[in-house]
Amino acid sequence: MSSFQAYFPPPPEEIRGGAAQPLLIVQNLKKYFPVRGGILNRVTAEVKAVDDVSFEVRKGEVLGIVGESGCGKSTTARLVMQLIAPDEGTLVYDGDPVGHLRGISVAALRKQVQMVFQESFASLNPRLTVGDSISYAPRMHGLPRAEADARTQRLLREVGLNPTQYMRRYPHELSGGQRQRVNIARALALQPKLLILDESVSALDKSIEAQVLNLLVELKQKFDLTYMFISHDLNVVEFISDHVMVMYLGKVVETGPVEEIYRNARHPYTRALLKSKPSFDPAKRTREMPLTGDPPSPLNPPSGCRFRTRCNFAQEVCAAVEPPLLATPDSPARYQVACHMFNPGSGHTQAISGASHVAG
Amino acid sequence: MLQAETKVGVVAALEAPAVQLENLTVEFIRRDRQVKAVNGVSLTLARGEILTILGESGSGKSVTLRALMGLMPDYAHLSGKVSVMGRDVAAMTRAERAAIRGPVIAMIFQEPMTALDPVFTIGDQIAEIIMTHEGIDKRSAMKRALELLEMVSIPSAARRLKNYPHEMSGGMRQRAMIAMALACRPSVLLADEPTTALDVTVQIQILLLLRQLQAELGMAVVFVTHDVGVAAEISDKVGVMYAGRLVETGTVTEVLGERRHPYTAGLLSSTVHGGMRGKPLEMIRGQPPNLATLPIGCAFAPRCNYAVDRCHKEDAPEVELGEGRIVRCIRAETPPDSVTN
Amino acid sequence: MKEVNVTDVPALQSAAEAAVAASEPIGSDAGYWRNVWSRLKRDKVTMTVTAILFMIVMIAIFAPWVTFHDPYAGSVLRRLKPVGTPNHWLGTDETGRDLWSRIAHGGRLSLLSGVLPVGIALMIGGLLGVIAGYAGGRINTMIMRTMDVFYAFPSILLAIAICGMLGSGFTNAILALSIVFIPPLVRISESVTAQVRSLDFVDAAKASGTTTAQIIRHHILANVLGTILVYATSLISVSIVLSAGLSFLGLGAKPPQAEWGLMLNALRQAIYVQPLVAAIPGVMIFITSMCFNLMSDGFRSAMDIRLEQ
Repeated sequence: MSSFQAYFPPPPEEIRGGAAQPLLIVQNLKKYFPVRGGILNRVTAEVKAVDDVSFEVRKGEVLGIVGESGCGKSTTARLVMQLIAPDEGTLVYDGDPVGHLRGISVAALRKQVQMVFQESFASLNPRLTVGDSISYAPRMHGLPRAEADARTQRLLREVGLNPTQYMRRYPHELSGGQRQRVNIARALALQPKLLILDESVSALDKSIEAQVLNLLVELKQKFDLTYMFISHDLNVVEFISDHVMVMYLGKVVETGPVEEIYRNARHPYTRALLKSKPSFDPAKRTREMPLTGDPPSPLNPPSGCRFRTRCNFAQEVCAAVEPPLLATPDSPARYQVACHMFNPGSGHTQAISGASHVAG
Repeated sequence: MLQAETKVGVVAALEAPAVQLENLTVEFIRRDRQVKAVNGVSLTLARGEILTILGESGSGKSVTLRALMGLMPDYAHLSGKVSVMGRDVAAMTRAERAAIRGPVIAMIFQEPMTALDPVFTIGDQIAEIIMTHEGIDKRSAMKRALELLEMVSIPSAARRLKNYPHEMSGGMRQRAMIAMALACRPSVLLADEPTTALDVTVQIQILLLLRQLQAELGMAVVFVTHDVGVAAEISDKVGVMYAGRLVETGTVTEVLGERRHPYTAGLLSSTVHGGMRGKPLEMIRGQPPNLATLPIGCAFAPRCNYAVDRCHKEDAPEVELGEGRIVRCIRAETPPDSVTN
Repeated sequence: MKEVNVTDVPALQSAAEAAVAASEPIGSDAGYWRNVWSRLKRDKVTMTVTAILFMIVMIAIFAPWVTFHDPYAGSVLRRLKPVGTPNHWLGTDETGRDLWSRIAHGGRLSLLSGVLPVGIALMIGGLLGVIAGYAGGRINTMIMRTMDVFYAFPSILLAIAICGMLGSGFTNAILALSIVFIPPLVRISESVTAQVRSLDFVDAAKASGTTTAQIIRHHILANVLGTILVYATSLISVSIVLSAGLSFLGLGAKPPQAEWGLMLNALRQAIYVQPLVAAIPGVMIFITSMCFNLMSDGFRSAMDIRLEQ
């Protein structure tokens, strides 16, 4: 093994993977949470939080993941970060499989991929100063105190906080927006390439949300970052994403370029979701409910297509067969939808005609 | 706002507006600091109207609502007039206030899980309210509860009567809470961010439901939210609050369309929606005010792009632009352009 | 409030620049511990109690200098003199030894028997608890269920049983009490560590690839130590009473050692002769124990700051 490696040394950092290589490829990710009950605490049911999810994130793009509660988007984020161990599935980071001997270890992945959490009082250690919170990770990885502090000061400036004022403050002295900036600075402390933002602006006031979003866009351009942006807020996802993925009950129902999803959505759930956005114009109010009922619990998802219980177009085939995630004949590149109506030959009476593309 | 003609005596109660606040000020006095959460708010709501109070955190919107219900903590000091259906809430005794909660005024909250009692079934909770205020027996009260659950479009209502709150989903809990609030047919309904914690597909259902119920029952509604879209969907009138004051009021078309106050303009243009991709968002610089250390002069001046010397020295004047249309800004005469240009 | 003269709309700055120029933290604070201190200073009860405790500790430490008789020198003639006797202001005990000397010197053993077992249990139990709380899963179950076994016994019975096994004597009593206090300390450390463990900033620390030891040291400890220490302080009062009980039963300190529990036992017979003198060791146990109790209570409330904006 060692002579093999000497013969083919790994490529240098800069050209590892190359520009065409997606930064992150996720394949068949699965996570079921067991529900224990009974006298012996046996597993009585499973919450199928993430069920066979595959996607990729290209270098320099923003992938928006959108969905309602229970869809599995936050769990997906934690699975990618390896904060939770996946039950099944593979992750490939910049061409290297994660967790494999010849690939990249989880520890090394953690230096490349960082996460910005939802702002809350628990997102920063209340006993550490802002400066210590940010410099914690670099110092633990071996950076000397002085250099770590210098980096922290630079980062604070980058996120719009004056270092002399903020280095020695405690989190409770800051407002929500300022704390979120600190969260972002902390995530950037290890100089990652991929940032996962899990509901990062959801807890902020609207006027602060705009500030932080502008900041995120700036930082992405400045540091050449790639984002995975997870949110339930359709407007924010539309603003910041290049590519969008819609999740429902642990599955991906539609994915594609942002304009395609928002202007030309095909999946009935996506369309209903987009129609549920409150209208900003009092003259054009919503007249009828786009969707009835509540999102079902992931404990016992419906058979076949999980959305069929709320879908106006559900038919027998929808209960029998789970629709695969496929491109349609007339869709742009990197677009896929999981619905029998857009799968020629699926058996659905309203299925479109034409040659179907293999999942690509 | 339209001031109804007031007549003396019994007739006055009939003619009185649903809600009337005159110079309401709520001050929280604690050992180390005093904070004016609400600072001189005046508004009038006619019967059958929907008013939305739009504001961010710290604006005082929730405190205003609680002052209407009489749900203030001990360290809160109220001044000014608070009247609901012609009756002075602030002057009432505890017992009188409890008596009007339900038949006259009711409230729905943001988190149904914490507002509903977890150890009683939904049916029991609704029936209890009806029995307390109307004195009928349990069986009739349960029948009414069933009707109410059907009115709020809960499927399988009969089964749901026996459900506990934790057995229901978020949207259903919110519907149950609405049913509880409407149990005694109140004339005024207060809603404190009832859809903020809900998924967007459920949110639109609840909003449509509230609109429909309001049309059927003719209640006056005061809706508090930070979401401009929700305000557009549901209101007749809008009041924008900042740092405890009403900075702009008017009909929903006037406020959302004209946006005379710089804060309203900034709030609306910085709210993310639709076609804002590709360009930086317009934003209001700075942060929400610290109510304990408000600056002299207009509270919004530190963040305002149009502030002049006078704004930092004197309180902003209330400019009345029409009936019910008030803007608290010296620039109220000329419409402001977009915040960044 | 600074004077701002803005006569024209500022040009569009980058988000960061605009924020740096206008950013100002909303509050000014000296940190968590200063806040705790200022709250403590306002709490008269706790301050008084701590002062009393301090005095007792000082007397115990400097016993030879504040007393004028040998605590072991008895005299048959001077047995059971009442309180206020010239030269023996607290009287004498049943063998004629000066009570004030006995109390002051006895304070050393009694205070030690309060603090030592808790200190030992804190180190062992605290560590076990933090490990159990952080690790979760099987390790947690193993540790906690083992502790549950010890919990099944009332503390005094457990102490007696262990003393019985080890034999009587002061050090054995300390050992027995340490073992008795390990389970409650494990329980509280585990509980509070598990709470902190679930907070987002711990996830963020894990996500940054740092080792478990580093995370526990930098993030967990600072947040749990306060609660654990306060609980431990409240156990001191229990320990003093328990060790007095053990001595009373003959399982702790042995005569002629001066120790309050032992003294209480010895003076029992004198209760009809000199009730005041007989009560004094008991009163000391009571006062010291109460002081520790109230002090830990005060610390707990002072540390329970809801950090308001």
